[in-house]
Amino acid sequence: MSEHAIEVTINGRPVSGRVEARKTLGDFLRVDAGFTGTHLGCEHGVCGACTVIVDGLAVRSCLMLAVQADGAEVTTIEGLAAEDGTFHPVQQAMRDNHALQCGFCTPGVVCTMAALTADDAKPSEDQLIAAMSGHLCRCTGYQGIRRAIRQLTGQPTGVAADHGEHA
Amino acid sequence: MKPAPFDYVAPGTVAEALDVLAEAGGGATLLAGGQTLMPLLALRMSQPFILVDVNRIEGFRGISHTAESTRVAAGTRQAVALADAEMKGAQPVFNLALSHVGHYQTRNRGTIGGSVSLGEPAAEMPATAVALGAEIEIHSRDRGTRRVKADEFYLGPYMTVLEPDELVTAIHYPRWGADAVTVFREVAQRPGDFALVGLVGRVAIEGGKIARAGLAWFGMGPTPIKARQAEQALIGTALSDIDPRGIAELAIADTDPFTDHHATAHYRRTVGRRIFARTLGEALNIQQAAA
Ligand SMILES: Cc1cc2nc3c(=O)[nH]c(=O)nc-3n(C[C@@H](O)[C@H](O)[C@H](O)COP(=O)(O)OP(=O)(O)OC[C@H]3O[C@@H](n4cnc5c(N)ncnc54)[C@H](O)[C@@H]3O)c2cc1C
Ligand code: FES
Ligand code: FES
Repeated sequence: MSEHAIEVTINGRPVSGRVEARKTLGDFLRVDAGFTGTHLGCEHGVCGACTVIVDGLAVRSCLMLAVQADGAEVTTIEGLAAEDGTFHPVQQAMRDNHALQCGFCTPGVVCTMAALTADDAKPSEDQLIAAMSGHLCRCTGYQGIRRAIRQLTGQPTGVAADHGEHA
Repeated sequence: MKPAPFDYVAPGTVAEALDVLAEAGGGATLLAGGQTLMPLLALRMSQPFILVDVNRIEGFRGISHTAESTRVAAGTRQAVALADAEMKGAQPVFNLALSHVGHYQTRNRGTIGGSVSLGEPAAEMPATAVALGAEIEIHSRDRGTRRVKADEFYLGPYMTVLEPDELVTAIHYPRWGADAVTVFREVAQRPGDFALVGLVGRVAIEGGKIARAGLAWFGMGPTPIKARQAEQALIGTALSDIDPRGIAELAIADTDPFTDHHATAHYRRTVGRRIFARTLGEALNIQQAAA
């Protein structure tokens, strides 16, 4: 059973650790690095809750070993909002459209959409909906998430803009 | 931590990886995209002594074309192959099939070589390799390189001709020419799920006749299944003489579908027959009487 020294940049800050080879990136983020915003649901690739951004791509952190992330840049849900707490546009769209209830699936959903809209990329509504096939949400029935996707792609959502503020 | 303990190595070259495999005498398992192996480790259905990570091997990724064929290096990420415009032009049915493999998030890690090597009977990439007449390039330290035709590579569910000391380094897909029509249809419960029934292939037409046909089923037996009888019936036949429903019967005769908790064998055959006739008819632009 091998152990490995790794250094991962998490949300812009270097984090080093010693990990058993079998430790997943998801466990490393939560247990070793303390970023418990990354949620582990099924731990075998089905639910998408554990999705984080590794070197710019949304991936399932339960299907990657921590040792494989050595040298990588990882962004978790904690790394998306601005320093002053201003929401990332994806977070804002989720909030405006009531796209979460219990919030368990949400960090993964937000990471997927943040990766797809990074660097001013303009994914289509269809592309974002297709990417949602990689996430299970047991609460919302997905309609709020669909509206958030419409907001992100610059389309009317049917929800008053100030709804979130007063709800 | 869910997986059982193992040692981990990440060789930088194919030669180093082959050394580890040869020395391990069957105790080593290759880790590519991990999108199948990691779940198997978490469920402890796989408990290797050594995990050999191929993700840091130099030159293990990339796609190159010649006039005759396309070489896809085994470590090429599914997402990268899917986004490759030149690949889409050269191998349109590969692109179509790949868009049905898992989800955006799993394609960001999953590799073409991992999917081809695994041999999941309901998977798109093995059947695509069989249908197109691809060859699989395999290396081992002690026996050098060999190339195996895709339709001779698969032995059963998750069983291939690969020996424990072997590594798939690339898949070579023949080029079918821009005129060959594409055939693809998959029935699954949700987007990104494994197929209940699927059909993939290409058909080349010359002078109003079928010149070449490569068709394979997925989810319709223990391995991807080449629709040999249907291919033979098509080749040399004039477009005006083709009866897609008759050809579909021949294609179904080569399958050996199973019953599981997703669908019965009877369902798979019934749906298979329908999608084969319709998809072939549409691809060849043959008008059919309503069923
Ligand atoms: C939620 C989800 C949905 C999915 N849906 C689909 C789907 O619809 N269709 C589909 O086809 N797949 C699907 N998959 C699986 C797909 O994502 C995997 O990418 C693929 O099956 C394996 O590729 P990999 O690179 O991830 O390989 P790994 O998981 O790393 O390896 C798979 C197996 O192949 C072996 N192997 C890997 N590379 C090589 C090589 N170069 N030479 C020899 N052996 C090798 C490994 O040792 C292992 O036994 C899904 C996965 C998930 C998590
Ligand atoms: S916890 Fe990773 S996909 Fe469910
Ligand atoms: S908000 Fe509860 S699972 Fe999605």
